[in-house]
Amino acid sequence: MTHDPSRRDFLRAAAGLTVVLAVRPAEATPATMQDAIRAVVGTAPVTKGRVKLELPPLSENGNAVPLTVSLESAMTAAEHVRAIHVFTEKNPQPEVVSFRLGPRAGRARVSTRIRLADTQTVIAIGELSDGSFWSAEAAVVVTLAACLEET
Amino acid sequence: MAETLISVPPRARRGESVEIKTLVSHAMETGYRRSQLGERIPRDIIRLFVCTYNGTEVFRAELHPAIAANPFITFSTVATESGTLAFHWTGDNGFSVRETAEIRVD
Repeated sequence: MTHDPSRRDFLRAAAGLTVVLAVRPAEATPATMQDAIRAVVGTAPVTKGRVKLELPPLSENGNAVPLTVSLESAMTAAEHVRAIHVFTEKNPQPEVVSFRLGPRAGRARVSTRIRLADTQTVIAIGELSDGSFWSAEAAVVVTLAACLEET
Repeated sequence: MAETLISVPPRARRGESVEIKTLVSHAMETGYRRSQLGERIPRDIIRLFVCTYNGTEVFRAELHPAIAANPFITFSTVATESGTLAFHWTGDNGFSVRETAEIRVD
């Protein structure tokens, strides 16, 4: 089996899979997600903990999955959360969003709605004012993926 | 012009952390989808959301295509003084929408 993409695409289409799936762009992989994380944190170590990532374990529709990220922090000028970054493993692009906050936020808690192209792991990274990075991850099962429907 | 929906408590105590909810109508076209004719639909997303409080930036979010259509963002800010919260969304194809909300701090 060669890895000529056009041949593979043709075989996929012939096998009865949807054309949309066959022409889907290359998805991000855990490796590209790691690269994207490195681009944000640099060489600093990322430690698990301190971050609370809330996502539904099962989502019927990957087009709008509610996400909340929070960290316990005094949010003072001396000690606060500087940023919260979110990454995914298998979306076409690993970056999801970066929130920039500071002592004026009062509380390190943000929410939004994200797209998930597949069942996958989502990672949230908190960047503290002392330069340390903390993370949490959550696995989400997606029954109807985003990005695939035709218009 | 895009419609917005903003929730800011009209009154707050000084020093209190208030929750702000914002929503703006936008398709957030990812650039990864194709039309029925097989042509790639070009990317058209909001890239940046900034909130300023009496002119000082208190929050910003850098968005990517993985943010759902009609971006909904909830965050907090400390009620420091009475004044104006300004919200600014900018994105592809010159997208730019501004909205403001008043807050009274006792």
